[in-house]
Amino acid sequence: MFKNLLIIGGQDKNENRELIGELYLEKGKIYTIVGPTGSGKTQLIEDIECLSDGFGLTKRKILIDDGISPQHLRSSYQNRLVSHLSQNMHFILDMSVINFLKMRLKCTNFPDDIKSVEKILEYANELSGEKILGHFSLTTLSGGQSRALMIADVAINGTTPIILIDEIENAGIDRLRAMKILVDSDKIVLVVTHDPLLALYGHKRIVMKNGGISKIINRNPYELSLLKQLHSINKVTETIRDDLRRGKQLEKECFYGL
Amino acid sequence: MKLVIAAGPPASGKTSILFKTIKYLKGFNAKIAVAKLDCLTSDDERVYEALNIPVITGLSENLCPDHFLAINIIEIFNWAKKSGADYLIVETAGLCNRCAPFIDRALNICLIDCLSSIKVPKKLGPIVTTSDIILISKVDMVSQAEREVFVYNLIQLNPTAQILEVNGLSGFGSQRVGNIILNSPSYDSIDGDILRHSMPSATCSYCVGEIRIGGMYQQGIINKMDFSKGSDFSYV
Repeated sequence: MFKNLLIIGGQDKNENRELIGELYLEKGKIYTIVGPTGSGKTQLIEDIECLSDGFGLTKRKILIDDGISPQHLRSSYQNRLVSHLSQNMHFILDMSVINFLKMRLKCTNFPDDIKSVEKILEYANELSGEKILGHFSLTTLSGGQSRALMIADVAINGTTPIILIDEIENAGIDRLRAMKILVDSDKIVLVVTHDPLLALYGHKRIVMKNGGISKIINRNPYELSLLKQLHSINKVTETIRDDLRRGKQLEKECFYGL
Repeated sequence: MKLVIAAGPPASGKTSILFKTIKYLKGFNAKIAVAKLDCLTSDDERVYEALNIPVITGLSENLCPDHFLAINIIEIFNWAKKSGADYLIVETAGLCNRCAPFIDRALNICLIDCLSSIKVPKKLGPIVTTSDIILISKVDMVSQAEREVFVYNLIQLNPTAQILEVNGLSGFGSQRVGNIILNSPSYDSIDGDILRHSMPSATCSYCVGEIRIGGMYQQGIINKMDFSKGSDFSYV
């Protein structure tokens, strides 16, 4: 749909110029957005989502391939740019997984063949700790299973060039694998999070302060090594969680690597 | 003056998203007046008053709120004009979904909570089919996949409406709604305008306060259910 997205800085809440003048967002990269509540994270997403033309609250401009985008891209749902994944999201339809996926594929104009339904399930099961079967009811899926299914769906069916992730719970889902699946789908991935593991997956961190972008941090080699350590700690936690689920007594001999 | 009519089921988040949108519009020095129409009680006047704008509440009481709007809209329009507003936003409660309070020349916004009726927005009827803008609220609660199915169903019902997702709590979407309002047409008067959808002939005895049930108390237009069409199963 486009090659890159350029954010041209506007102003913060005190109408001071944003500290970052320009920021290119590229496909296949993960950007983490950090900052306290009220620092302007939601507003930044909204500016991107409506391809702000410099007249909004923040006076930011969002350019596609270095140009202002036509109005129709800005307003209609069919042309929207961002798919959302949030920790609060649930499946609410009382349907089986397989029937929902079939209905969903029909609605989004993809050929209704059993193959892609199977592909979504296969992807989801790569991420989920507990296996999801087609006849399961959507509403009874666990948190991890739901999230895995949502991520697989967005990666495979998502028509938008940007994916926004608002936290992913750490229980029952392989987060590293999830991020890889999303990045491989050739999209810009924005992650709003303060979870260390998730935040450090980002190639760049966009730091928000008082409504403006105050800093861009490139992940340095130390942070990358930290990410690897955090990931092994996370694996240990996962193993313990699994053992607890299976009803095991945890013994010294289990050797969890701690 | 620009006229916006915002309608939607109770507790769908109309006031929250309108509040955030008005805050955004005030950044452009827009002079906004709000009329809140409700059935029995409403506290929302106080919410809007915090924005330092003219607010008025109308309670339809015995009347259906859509009828109430049709009866009062010209007076509401004149009230807002008299208060010096450039924008009039009428927030009204939908009741039974049989009607829509929309007026032909207004910017008609319908707000639907995607938790409530994701599979069958058809239940909402003319409020969806005759609106210019459809806002989907509480989008942070429902999976992207289900929302796409929901929007697909909405587009079948109203292919020309602009559909936006909003979150009244974070204010997400209010900027886009605000921009649409800023660009909507302006009118000196709405005399002679028409409703987008006719309202039912509410002229049975219960419309005028009858409480006793039974055939002998029923007058006017009586629409009786057809019992020949039920399922075949019976205990006798």
